[in-house]
Amino acid sequence: MAEDVAVAAPAEAAPGAGGRSGAEPWIPELSRGAVLWNGLRAYGLIVAMWTRSTMAYRASFAMMAFGNFAATAFDFVAILMMFSHIESLGGFSLSEVAFLYGTAGTAFGLAELVLGSMNRLGGRVRDGTLDTLLVRPVPVLAQVAADKFALRRLGRVLQGLLVLGYGLATLDLDWTVARVLLLPTMIVSGAAIFCAVFVVGGAFQFWAQDASEVQNAFTYGGNTLLQYPPSVFGRELVRGVTFVVPLAFANWIPALYIMGREVPLGLPQEVAFLPPVVAAVCCALAGLVWRTGLRAYRSTGS
Amino acid sequence: MGRLYAVVAAGGFRRYATYRVATVAGVFTNCVFGFIVAYAYTALWDARPRLGGYDLPQAVTYVWLGQALLAACATMGGGFEDELIERIRTGDIAVDLYRPADLQLWWLAGDLGRAAFQLLGRGIVPMAVGAFAFDLALPGDALTWLAFLCAVLLGLVVSFALRFLIALSAFWLLDGAGMAQMGMLAAMFFSGMLLPLNVFPGALGELARALPWSALLQVPADIFLGRRTGWDLVGAFGFQAAWALALLMAGRALQSVATRRVVVQGG
Repeated sequence: MAEDVAVAAPAEAAPGAGGRSGAEPWIPELSRGAVLWNGLRAYGLIVAMWTRSTMAYRASFAMMAFGNFAATAFDFVAILMMFSHIESLGGFSLSEVAFLYGTAGTAFGLAELVLGSMNRLGGRVRDGTLDTLLVRPVPVLAQVAADKFALRRLGRVLQGLLVLGYGLATLDLDWTVARVLLLPTMIVSGAAIFCAVFVVGGAFQFWAQDASEVQNAFTYGGNTLLQYPPSVFGRELVRGVTFVVPLAFANWIPALYIMGREVPLGLPQEVAFLPPVVAAVCCALAGLVWRTGLRAYRSTGS
Repeated sequence: MGRLYAVVAAGGFRRYATYRVATVAGVFTNCVFGFIVAYAYTALWDARPRLGGYDLPQAVTYVWLGQALLAACATMGGGFEDELIERIRTGDIAVDLYRPADLQLWWLAGDLGRAAFQLLGRGIVPMAVGAFAFDLALPGDALTWLAFLCAVLLGLVVSFALRFLIALSAFWLLDGAGMAQMGMLAAMFFSGMLLPLNVFPGALGELARALPWSALLQVPADIFLGRRTGWDLVGAFGFQAAWALALLMAGRALQSVATRRVVVQGG
Protein backbone atom coordinates (compact mmCIF):
# COMPACT_ATOMS: atom_id res chain seq x y z
CA MET A 1 0.00 0.00 0.00
CA ALA A 2 2.71 2.38 1.01
CA GLU A 3 4.65 1.64 -2.12
CA ASP A 4 1.70 2.71 -4.26
CA VAL A 5 1.59 5.99 -2.46
CA ALA A 6 5.29 6.57 -2.91
CA VAL A 7 5.60 5.67 -6.54
CA ALA A 8 2.28 6.20 -8.15
CA ALA A 9 0.80 9.14 -6.30
CA PRO A 10 1.80 11.95 -8.65
CA ALA A 11 0.71 10.10 -11.80
CA GLU A 12 -2.57 8.56 -10.72
CA ALA A 13 -5.34 10.93 -9.91
CA ALA A 14 -6.32 11.24 -6.28
CA PRO A 15 -9.94 10.31 -5.53
CA GLY A 16 -11.06 13.92 -5.32
CA ALA A 17 -9.50 14.91 -8.62
CA GLY A 18 -11.11 12.17 -10.69
CA GLY A 19 -14.20 14.12 -11.68
CA ARG A 20 -12.34 17.01 -13.23
CA SER A 21 -9.80 17.08 -16.02
CA GLY A 22 -8.78 13.48 -15.34
CA ALA A 23 -5.00 13.44 -15.21
CA GLU A 24 -4.56 16.55 -13.13
CA PRO A 25 -1.98 15.64 -10.45
CA TRP A 26 -2.83 16.46 -6.86
CA ILE A 27 0.79 17.22 -6.10
CA PRO A 28 2.11 19.93 -8.41
CA GLU A 29 4.90 18.81 -10.75
CA LEU A 30 8.19 20.15 -9.45
CA SER A 31 11.46 20.65 -11.22
CA ARG A 32 14.53 18.85 -9.85
CA GLY A 33 15.87 22.01 -8.28
CA ALA A 34 12.55 22.73 -6.63
CA VAL A 35 12.40 19.19 -5.21
CA LEU A 36 15.90 19.60 -3.79
CA TRP A 37 15.06 23.01 -2.34
CA ASN A 38 11.83 21.62 -0.92
CA GLY A 39 13.71 18.75 0.72
CA LEU A 40 16.40 20.98 2.21
CA ARG A 41 13.78 23.39 3.55
CA ALA A 42 11.84 20.53 5.14
CA TYR A 43 15.07 19.15 6.58
CA GLY A 44 15.83 22.56 8.09
CA LEU A 45 12.36 22.86 9.60
CA ILE A 46 12.46 19.41 11.20
CA VAL A 47 15.98 20.04 12.49
CA ALA A 48 14.85 23.33 14.04
CA MET A 49 11.94 21.54 15.68
CA TRP A 50 14.15 18.85 17.24
CA THR A 51 16.67 21.45 18.36
CA ARG A 52 13.95 23.41 20.15
CA SER A 53 12.68 20.26 21.80
CA THR A 54 16.23 19.29 22.92
CA MET A 55 16.77 22.72 24.39
CA ALA A 56 13.79 22.19 26.69
CA TYR A 57 16.13 20.01 28.80
CA ARG A 58 19.26 22.13 28.82
CA ALA A 59 21.08 20.23 31.56
CA SER A 60 20.54 16.91 29.84
CA PHE A 61 21.66 18.45 26.55
CA ALA A 62 24.84 19.86 28.10
CA MET A 63 25.61 16.48 29.65
CA MET A 64 25.04 14.61 26.39
CA ALA A 65 27.03 17.10 24.31
CA PHE A 66 29.90 16.83 26.77
CA GLY A 67 29.51 13.05 26.67
CA ASN A 68 29.84 13.06 22.88
CA PHE A 69 32.89 15.27 23.15
CA ALA A 70 34.44 13.10 25.86
CA ALA A 71 33.67 9.84 24.07
CA THR A 72 35.71 10.89 21.07
CA ALA A 73 38.30 12.60 23.25
CA PHE A 74 39.02 9.23 24.95
CA ASP A 75 39.81 7.85 21.49
CA PHE A 76 42.52 10.43 21.14
CA VAL A 77 43.72 9.91 24.72
CA ALA A 78 44.33 6.27 23.75
CA ILE A 79 46.44 7.47 20.81
CA LEU A 80 48.34 9.84 23.10
CA MET A 81 49.04 6.95 25.46
CA MET A 82 50.33 4.91 22.53
CA PHE A 83 52.70 7.74 21.68
CA SER A 84 53.92 7.90 25.28
CA HIS A 85 55.66 4.61 24.45
CA ILE A 86 56.73 5.24 20.85
CA GLU A 87 58.13 7.98 18.63
CA SER A 88 56.28 7.06 15.47
CA LEU A 89 53.45 4.75 14.45
CA GLY A 90 53.89 3.20 11.01
CA GLY A 91 56.44 5.93 10.28
CA PHE A 92 54.14 8.80 11.28
CA SER A 93 54.74 11.21 14.16
CA LEU A 94 52.13 12.19 16.75
CA SER A 95 51.51 15.53 14.97
CA GLU A 96 50.91 13.76 11.68
CA VAL A 97 48.56 11.25 13.28
CA ALA A 98 46.78 14.18 14.97
CA PHE A 99 46.34 15.81 11.57
CA LEU A 100 44.88 12.60 10.14
CA TYR A 101 42.68 12.15 13.22
CA GLY A 102 41.48 15.75 13.14
CA THR A 103 40.57 15.84 9.47
CA ALA A 104 38.83 12.45 9.61
CA GLY A 105 37.06 13.29 12.88
CA THR A 106 35.82 16.67 11.68
CA ALA A 107 34.58 15.37 8.32
CA PHE A 108 32.93 12.36 9.91
CA GLY A 109 31.50 14.46 12.74
CA LEU A 110 29.82 16.78 10.23
CA ALA A 111 28.32 13.83 8.34
CA GLU A 112 27.14 12.26 11.59
CA LEU A 113 25.57 15.54 12.69
CA VAL A 114 23.64 15.83 9.42
CA LEU A 115 22.72 12.18 8.81
CA GLY A 116 23.47 10.32 12.04
CA SER A 117 19.81 9.40 12.44
CA MET A 118 19.85 7.16 9.37
CA ASN A 119 20.35 4.02 11.45
CA ARG A 120 16.90 4.53 12.97
CA LEU A 121 15.37 3.68 9.61
CA GLY A 122 15.43 -0.08 10.19
CA GLY A 123 13.35 0.37 13.33
CA ARG A 124 10.81 2.45 11.41
CA VAL A 125 10.57 -0.20 8.69
CA ARG A 126 10.07 -2.88 11.34
CA ASP A 127 7.34 -1.15 13.32
CA GLY A 128 5.63 0.34 10.28
CA THR A 129 6.00 4.02 11.21
CA LEU A 130 7.79 4.66 7.91
CA ASP A 131 4.37 4.67 6.23
CA THR A 132 3.56 7.95 7.96
CA LEU A 133 6.58 9.55 6.32
CA LEU A 134 5.57 8.28 2.90
CA VAL A 135 2.23 10.08 2.80
CA ARG A 136 3.66 13.48 3.72
CA PRO A 137 4.45 15.80 0.80
CA VAL A 138 8.11 16.00 1.85
CA PRO A 139 11.00 13.87 0.50
CA VAL A 140 11.36 10.76 2.67
CA LEU A 141 15.14 11.15 2.83
CA ALA A 142 14.79 14.60 4.37
CA GLN A 143 12.37 13.29 6.97
CA VAL A 144 14.44 10.24 7.90
CA ALA A 145 17.68 12.23 7.99
CA ALA A 146 16.23 14.90 10.28
CA ASP A 147 14.38 12.42 12.51
CA LYS A 148 15.43 13.02 16.14
CA PHE A 149 18.18 15.37 14.98
CA ALA A 150 20.81 15.45 17.73
CA LEU A 151 22.65 18.73 18.11
CA ARG A 152 24.80 17.10 20.80
CA ARG A 153 26.78 15.51 17.97
CA LEU A 154 28.51 18.87 17.60
CA GLY A 155 30.68 17.53 20.44
CA ARG A 156 32.46 15.22 17.99
CA VAL A 157 32.99 17.99 15.42
CA LEU A 158 34.45 20.25 18.09
CA GLN A 159 36.78 17.52 19.31
CA GLY A 160 37.93 16.81 15.74
CA LEU A 161 38.62 20.49 15.15
CA LEU A 162 40.63 20.77 18.37
CA VAL A 163 42.83 17.81 17.45
CA LEU A 164 43.19 19.19 13.92
CA GLY A 165 44.25 22.52 15.42
CA TYR A 166 46.83 20.75 17.57
CA GLY A 167 48.13 18.86 14.54
CA LEU A 168 48.39 22.02 12.42
CA ALA A 169 50.08 23.96 15.20
CA THR A 170 52.76 21.35 15.79
CA LEU A 171 53.40 20.36 12.16
CA ASP A 172 55.85 22.38 10.12
CA LEU A 173 54.03 22.30 6.81
CA ASP A 174 55.12 23.71 3.49
CA TRP A 175 51.98 25.72 2.70
CA THR A 176 51.20 26.45 -0.93
CA VAL A 177 47.99 27.99 -2.26
CA ALA A 178 46.86 24.57 -3.46
CA ARG A 179 47.40 23.04 -0.03
CA VAL A 180 45.60 25.86 1.79
CA LEU A 181 42.61 25.47 -0.52
CA LEU A 182 42.71 21.69 -0.32
CA LEU A 183 42.31 21.59 3.48
CA PRO A 184 38.71 22.93 3.71
CA THR A 185 37.85 21.19 0.43
CA MET A 186 38.93 17.80 1.75
CA ILE A 187 36.91 18.22 4.94
CA VAL A 188 33.73 19.16 3.08
CA SER A 189 34.29 16.42 0.48
CA GLY A 190 35.09 13.94 3.23
CA ALA A 191 31.85 14.84 5.01
CA ALA A 192 29.98 14.36 1.71
CA ILE A 193 31.59 10.93 1.18
CA PHE A 194 30.61 9.87 4.71
CA CYS A 195 27.09 11.24 4.06
CA ALA A 196 26.86 9.01 1.00
CA VAL A 197 27.90 6.04 3.16
CA PHE A 198 25.21 6.94 5.70
CA VAL A 199 22.56 7.13 2.95
CA VAL A 200 23.59 3.80 1.40
CA GLY A 201 23.60 2.27 4.89
CA GLY A 202 20.10 3.65 5.43
CA ALA A 203 18.87 2.31 2.09
CA PHE A 204 20.31 -1.11 2.95
CA GLN A 205 17.91 -1.25 5.89
CA PHE A 206 14.93 -1.32 3.51
CA TRP A 207 16.06 -4.84 2.70
CA ALA A 208 17.59 -5.92 6.00
CA GLN A 209 15.80 -4.09 8.76
CA ASP A 210 17.73 -5.50 11.71
CA ALA A 211 21.11 -5.03 10.09
CA SER A 212 21.61 -1.38 10.96
CA GLU A 213 24.83 -2.31 12.72
CA VAL A 214 26.49 -3.22 9.41
CA GLN A 215 26.42 0.47 8.62
CA ASN A 216 28.45 1.20 11.77
CA ALA A 217 31.29 -0.87 10.36
CA PHE A 218 31.61 1.55 7.44
CA THR A 219 30.81 4.82 9.21
CA TYR A 220 32.33 4.58 12.69
CA GLY A 221 34.72 1.88 11.50
CA GLY A 222 35.77 4.01 8.54
CA ASN A 223 36.39 6.94 10.84
CA THR A 224 38.54 4.82 13.16
CA LEU A 225 40.46 3.46 10.15
CA LEU A 226 41.27 6.90 8.75
CA GLN A 227 42.62 8.07 12.09
CA TYR A 228 45.65 5.83 11.66
CA PRO A 229 48.17 6.20 8.84
CA PRO A 230 47.63 3.88 5.83
CA SER A 231 51.11 2.39 6.30
CA VAL A 232 49.73 0.60 9.39
CA PHE A 233 47.25 -1.45 7.37
CA GLY A 234 47.61 -4.27 4.90
CA ARG A 235 47.87 -3.30 1.25
CA GLU A 236 44.61 -5.10 0.40
CA LEU A 237 42.70 -3.09 3.00
CA VAL A 238 44.12 0.19 1.66
CA ARG A 239 43.19 -0.90 -1.88
CA GLY A 240 39.67 -1.68 -0.68
CA VAL A 241 39.07 1.72 0.89
CA THR A 242 40.54 3.46 -2.14
CA PHE A 243 38.76 1.71 -4.98
CA VAL A 244 35.73 -0.06 -3.48
CA VAL A 245 34.48 2.13 -0.63
CA PRO A 246 36.49 5.26 -1.48
CA LEU A 247 36.99 6.44 2.10
CA ALA A 248 40.67 7.06 1.37
CA PHE A 249 39.62 10.16 -0.57
CA ALA A 250 37.89 11.50 2.55
CA ASN A 251 41.21 12.01 4.23
CA TRP A 252 44.24 9.77 3.59
CA ILE A 253 45.01 10.82 0.02
CA PRO A 254 44.53 14.60 0.35
CA ALA A 255 45.95 14.66 3.90
CA LEU A 256 49.14 12.89 2.86
CA TYR A 257 49.53 15.35 -0.01
CA ILE A 258 49.12 18.32 2.36
CA MET A 259 51.72 16.82 4.69
CA GLY A 260 54.06 16.42 1.73
CA ARG A 261 54.14 12.65 1.94
CA GLU A 262 53.70 10.08 -0.76
CA VAL A 263 50.15 9.21 -1.72
CA PRO A 264 49.44 5.52 -0.90
CA LEU A 265 49.48 2.66 -3.44
CA GLY A 266 51.93 4.56 -5.63
CA LEU A 267 49.15 6.68 -7.12
CA PRO A 268 50.15 9.99 -8.80
CA GLN A 269 50.14 13.11 -6.59
CA GLU A 270 47.33 14.67 -8.66
CA VAL A 271 44.73 12.26 -7.23
CA ALA A 272 44.91 14.39 -4.07
CA PHE A 273 42.65 16.89 -5.84
CA LEU A 274 40.00 14.30 -6.70
CA PRO A 275 37.98 14.31 -3.43
CA PRO A 276 35.26 16.71 -4.69
CA VAL A 277 34.78 14.56 -7.79
CA VAL A 278 34.74 11.34 -5.77
CA ALA A 279 32.29 12.92 -3.32
CA ALA A 280 29.95 13.99 -6.14
CA VAL A 281 30.00 10.51 -7.69
CA CYS A 282 29.41 8.89 -4.28
CA CYS A 283 26.46 11.16 -3.54
CA ALA A 284 24.91 10.48 -6.96
CA LEU A 285 25.31 6.73 -6.47
CA ALA A 286 23.93 6.97 -2.93
CA GLY A 287 20.87 8.80 -4.27
CA LEU A 288 20.33 6.04 -6.79
CA VAL A 289 20.64 3.31 -4.14
CA TRP A 290 18.29 5.21 -1.85
CA ARG A 291 15.62 5.48 -4.54
CA THR A 292 15.96 1.78 -5.38
CA GLY A 293 15.65 0.93 -1.70
CA LEU A 294 12.59 3.11 -1.24
CA ARG A 295 10.90 1.46 -4.22
CA ALA A 296 11.68 -1.98 -2.82
CA TYR A 297 10.01 -1.09 0.48
CA ARG A 298 7.06 -3.25 1.44
CA SER A 299 5.03 -2.03 4.35
CA THR A 300 4.39 -4.37 7.28
CA GLY A 301 0.80 -3.92 6.22
CA SER A 302 -0.74 -4.23 9.65
CA MET B 1 12.59 -19.74 43.79
CA GLY B 2 15.76 -20.61 41.90
CA ARG B 3 13.64 -22.04 39.12
CA LEU B 4 11.94 -18.69 38.52
CA TYR B 5 15.25 -16.95 37.85
CA ALA B 6 16.39 -19.80 35.59
CA VAL B 7 13.24 -19.26 33.54
CA VAL B 8 13.87 -15.50 33.40
CA ALA B 9 17.45 -16.13 32.27
CA ALA B 10 16.28 -18.55 29.58
CA GLY B 11 13.80 -15.91 28.46
CA GLY B 12 16.59 -13.34 28.18
CA PHE B 13 18.60 -15.79 26.08
CA ARG B 14 15.69 -16.58 23.74
CA ARG B 15 14.70 -12.95 23.39
CA TYR B 16 18.06 -11.94 21.93
CA ALA B 17 18.39 -15.16 19.95
CA THR B 18 15.32 -14.05 17.94
CA TYR B 19 17.21 -11.28 16.16
CA ARG B 20 19.38 -13.39 13.87
CA VAL B 21 20.06 -10.76 11.21
CA ALA B 22 21.02 -8.25 13.88
CA THR B 23 23.43 -10.79 15.36
CA VAL B 24 25.09 -11.41 12.00
CA ALA B 25 25.32 -7.65 11.42
CA GLY B 26 26.90 -7.20 14.85
CA VAL B 27 29.43 -9.96 14.21
CA PHE B 28 30.37 -8.28 10.92
CA THR B 29 30.97 -4.96 12.66
CA ASN B 30 32.97 -6.63 15.45
CA CYS B 31 35.18 -8.24 12.81
CA VAL B 32 35.77 -4.98 10.92
CA PHE B 33 36.80 -3.20 14.12
CA GLY B 34 38.88 -6.22 15.10
CA PHE B 35 40.87 -5.94 11.89
CA ILE B 36 41.39 -2.18 12.18
CA VAL B 37 42.54 -2.27 15.81
CA ALA B 38 44.63 -5.42 15.30
CA TYR B 39 46.57 -3.70 12.50
CA ALA B 40 47.07 -0.60 14.65
CA TYR B 41 48.33 -2.72 17.57
CA THR B 42 50.64 -4.61 15.22
CA ALA B 43 52.28 -1.30 14.29
CA LEU B 44 52.47 -0.33 17.96
CA TRP B 45 54.03 -3.63 19.06
CA ASP B 46 56.38 -3.62 16.08
CA ALA B 47 57.74 -0.32 17.35
CA ARG B 48 57.81 -1.45 21.01
CA PRO B 49 57.98 -5.26 21.30
CA ARG B 50 56.86 -6.57 24.72
CA LEU B 51 54.97 -3.36 25.50
CA GLY B 52 52.94 -3.87 28.68
CA GLY B 53 54.40 -7.36 29.00
CA TYR B 54 52.55 -8.66 25.92
CA ASP B 55 54.25 -10.03 22.85
CA LEU B 56 52.64 -9.35 19.47
CA PRO B 57 50.40 -12.48 19.28
CA GLN B 58 49.17 -11.74 22.82
CA ALA B 59 48.39 -8.11 21.95
CA VAL B 60 46.43 -9.14 18.86
CA THR B 61 44.61 -11.82 20.85
CA TYR B 62 43.66 -9.10 23.33
CA VAL B 63 42.04 -7.12 20.48
CA TRP B 64 39.89 -10.02 19.36
CA LEU B 65 38.95 -10.94 22.94
CA GLY B 66 37.76 -7.36 23.36
CA GLN B 67 35.59 -7.62 20.26
CA ALA B 68 34.26 -11.02 21.34
CA LEU B 69 33.28 -9.80 24.83
CA LEU B 70 32.01 -6.35 23.79
CA ALA B 71 28.37 -7.33 23.25
CA ALA B 72 28.20 -9.75 26.18
CA CYS B 73 29.55 -7.17 28.65
CA ALA B 74 27.29 -4.52 27.08
CA THR B 75 30.29 -2.17 27.27
CA MET B 76 28.75 0.11 24.64
CA GLY B 77 25.21 -0.36 25.96
CA GLY B 78 22.57 -2.68 24.61
CA GLY B 79 21.87 -4.45 27.91
CA PHE B 80 18.89 -4.26 30.22
CA GLU B 81 19.62 -0.74 31.52
CA ASP B 82 17.75 1.24 28.85
CA GLU B 83 14.65 -0.79 29.53
CA LEU B 84 14.86 -0.40 33.31
CA ILE B 85 15.44 3.36 32.95
CA GLU B 86 12.40 3.58 30.71
CA ARG B 87 10.29 1.62 33.22
CA ILE B 88 11.36 3.96 36.01
CA ARG B 89 10.58 7.00 33.86
CA THR B 90 7.14 5.79 32.86
CA GLY B 91 6.27 4.44 36.29
CA ASP B 92 5.96 0.82 35.13
CA ILE B 93 8.56 0.04 37.80
CA ALA B 94 5.67 0.04 40.30
CA VAL B 95 4.42 -3.17 38.69
CA ASP B 96 7.89 -4.74 38.97
CA LEU B 97 8.12 -3.80 42.63
CA TYR B 98 5.04 -5.69 43.75
CA ARG B 99 5.92 -8.83 41.84
CA PRO B 100 6.78 -11.74 44.15
CA ALA B 101 10.37 -11.66 42.89
CA ASP B 102 13.44 -9.69 43.85
CA LEU B 103 13.99 -6.72 41.51
CA GLN B 104 17.77 -6.99 41.34
CA LEU B 105 17.87 -10.79 40.92
CA TRP B 106 15.12 -10.60 38.28
CA TRP B 107 17.09 -8.21 36.10
CA LEU B 108 20.37 -10.00 36.84
CA ALA B 109 18.91 -13.29 35.61
CA GLY B 110 17.53 -11.68 32.44
CA ASP B 111 20.79 -9.89 31.71
CA LEU B 112 22.89 -13.03 32.25
CA GLY B 113 20.62 -14.83 29.79
CA ARG B 114 21.20 -12.07 27.25
CA ALA B 115 24.94 -12.13 27.90
CA ALA B 116 25.07 -15.92 27.48
CA PHE B 117 23.51 -15.60 24.04
CA GLN B 118 25.77 -12.75 23.01
CA LEU B 119 28.83 -14.59 24.24
CA LEU B 120 27.95 -17.44 21.88
CA GLY B 121 26.37 -15.48 19.05
CA ARG B 122 28.69 -12.48 19.01
CA GLY B 123 31.81 -13.97 20.57
CA ILE B 124 32.72 -17.19 18.80
CA VAL B 125 32.75 -16.02 15.18
CA PRO B 126 34.94 -12.90 15.69
CA MET B 127 37.38 -15.02 17.70
CA ALA B 128 37.50 -17.60 14.88
CA VAL B 129 37.95 -14.89 12.23
CA GLY B 130 40.76 -13.38 14.30
CA ALA B 131 42.45 -16.76 14.69
CA PHE B 132 42.15 -17.32 10.94
CA ALA B 133 43.62 -13.97 9.91
CA PHE B 134 46.22 -13.40 12.64
CA ASP B 135 48.64 -15.39 14.73
CA LEU B 136 46.82 -15.57 18.08
CA ALA B 137 48.06 -16.78 21.47
CA LEU B 138 45.33 -19.30 22.27
CA PRO B 139 45.62 -21.29 25.50
CA GLY B 140 46.60 -24.90 25.01
CA ASP B 141 45.05 -26.49 28.08
CA ALA B 142 41.41 -26.89 29.01
CA LEU B 143 41.91 -25.55 32.54
CA THR B 144 42.92 -22.12 31.26
CA TRP B 145 39.79 -22.02 29.09
CA LEU B 146 37.71 -22.99 32.13
CA ALA B 147 39.35 -20.32 34.29
CA PHE B 148 38.76 -17.80 31.51
CA LEU B 149 35.04 -18.66 31.34
CA CYS B 150 34.74 -18.28 35.14
CA ALA B 151 36.42 -14.87 34.90
CA VAL B 152 34.04 -13.87 32.08
CA LEU B 153 31.06 -14.89 34.22
CA LEU B 154 32.33 -12.82 37.16
CA GLY B 155 32.98 -9.93 34.76
CA LEU B 156 29.40 -10.14 33.49
CA VAL B 157 28.08 -9.89 37.06
CA VAL B 158 30.29 -6.84 37.74
CA SER B 159 29.08 -5.29 34.48
CA PHE B 160 25.46 -5.92 35.50
CA ALA B 161 25.97 -4.47 38.99
CA LEU B 162 27.47 -1.28 37.55
CA ARG B 163 24.66 -0.81 35.05
CA PHE B 164 22.05 -1.55 37.72
CA LEU B 165 23.42 1.34 39.81
CA ILE B 166 23.37 3.61 36.77
CA ALA B 167 19.81 2.63 35.89
CA LEU B 168 18.58 3.30 39.45
CA SER B 169 19.84 6.87 39.19
CA ALA B 170 16.79 7.43 36.98
CA PHE B 171 14.69 7.42 40.17
CA TRP B 172 16.20 10.82 40.94
CA LEU B 173 17.16 12.15 37.50
CA LEU B 174 14.16 10.83 35.49
CA ASP B 175 16.11 11.24 32.25
CA GLY B 176 18.69 8.50 32.68
CA ALA B 177 20.19 8.85 29.20
CA GLY B 178 22.98 11.17 30.34
CA MET B 179 24.02 8.84 33.16
CA ALA B 180 23.85 5.81 30.87
CA GLN B 181 26.17 7.58 28.45
CA MET B 182 28.63 8.47 31.20
CA GLY B 183 28.56 4.83 32.31
CA MET B 184 29.32 3.68 28.78
CA LEU B 185 32.24 6.12 28.52
CA ALA B 186 33.76 4.91 31.77
CA ALA B 187 33.28 1.30 30.72
CA MET B 188 34.91 1.83 27.30
CA PHE B 189 37.92 3.58 28.75
CA PHE B 190 38.51 1.75 32.04
CA SER B 191 37.72 -1.77 30.83
CA GLY B 192 40.72 -1.61 28.54
CA MET B 193 38.64 -1.65 25.37
CA LEU B 194 40.52 1.31 23.87
CA LEU B 195 43.97 0.24 25.03
CA PRO B 196 45.06 -2.57 27.40
CA LEU B 197 45.23 -1.23 30.95
CA ASN B 198 48.80 -2.48 31.42
CA VAL B 199 49.87 -0.02 28.70
CA PHE B 200 48.30 2.91 30.63
CA PRO B 201 51.09 5.07 32.07
CA GLY B 202 51.99 5.27 35.79
CA ALA B 203 49.35 6.22 38.33
CA LEU B 204 46.54 6.21 35.76
CA GLY B 205 47.40 2.59 35.05
CA GLU B 206 47.40 1.72 38.76
CA LEU B 207 44.03 3.39 39.18
CA ALA B 208 42.48 1.82 36.07
CA ARG B 209 43.60 -1.66 37.12
CA ALA B 210 42.03 -1.23 40.57
CA LEU B 211 38.65 0.02 39.29
CA PRO B 212 35.78 -2.45 38.78
CA TRP B 213 35.70 -2.02 34.99
CA SER B 214 39.01 -3.89 34.69
CA ALA B 215 37.05 -7.01 35.69
CA LEU B 216 35.15 -6.86 32.37
CA LEU B 217 38.01 -7.33 29.91
CA GLN B 218 41.51 -6.88 31.34
CA VAL B 219 41.28 -9.60 34.01
CA PRO B 220 39.63 -12.26 31.79
CA ALA B 221 42.07 -11.43 28.98
CA ASP B 222 45.11 -11.77 31.26
CA ILE B 223 43.82 -15.16 32.43
CA PHE B 224 43.23 -16.21 28.82
CA LEU B 225 46.76 -15.15 27.90
CA GLY B 226 48.19 -17.24 30.74
CA ARG B 227 49.54 -14.26 32.65
CA ARG B 228 47.67 -15.08 35.84
CA THR B 229 48.22 -18.56 37.23
CA GLY B 230 48.41 -20.21 40.64
CA TRP B 231 47.78 -17.86 43.56
CA ASP B 232 47.71 -14.93 41.17
CA LEU B 233 44.71 -16.55 39.49
CA VAL B 234 42.97 -16.89 42.84
CA GLY B 235 43.74 -13.22 43.45
CA ALA B 236 42.18 -12.29 40.09
CA PHE B 237 38.99 -14.19 40.93
CA GLY B 238 38.98 -12.61 44.39
CA PHE B 239 39.29 -9.12 42.88
CA GLN B 240 36.37 -9.73 40.53
CA ALA B 241 34.21 -11.39 43.18
CA ALA B 242 34.88 -8.62 45.69
CA TRP B 243 33.81 -5.93 43.24
CA ALA B 244 30.78 -7.97 42.16
CA LEU B 245 29.67 -8.40 45.77
CA ALA B 246 30.34 -4.80 46.77
CA LEU B 247 28.53 -3.36 43.75
CA LEU B 248 25.56 -5.73 44.08
CA MET B 249 25.22 -4.72 47.76
CA ALA B 250 25.45 -1.06 46.81
CA GLY B 251 22.73 -1.61 44.21
CA ARG B 252 20.57 -3.29 46.83
CA ALA B 253 21.06 -0.40 49.26
CA LEU B 254 20.29 2.18 46.58
CA GLN B 255 17.23 0.20 45.56
CA SER B 256 15.81 0.23 49.08
CA VAL B 257 16.42 3.98 49.40
CA ALA B 258 14.85 4.57 46.00
CA THR B 259 11.74 2.55 46.67
CA ARG B 260 11.24 4.07 50.13
CA ARG B 261 11.89 7.73 49.42
CA VAL B 262 11.02 8.34 45.80
CA VAL B 263 7.51 8.83 44.56
CA VAL B 264 6.94 6.68 41.53
CA GLN B 265 6.07 8.57 38.36
CA GLY B 266 2.91 7.97 36.43
CA GLY B 267 -0.73 7.76 37.23
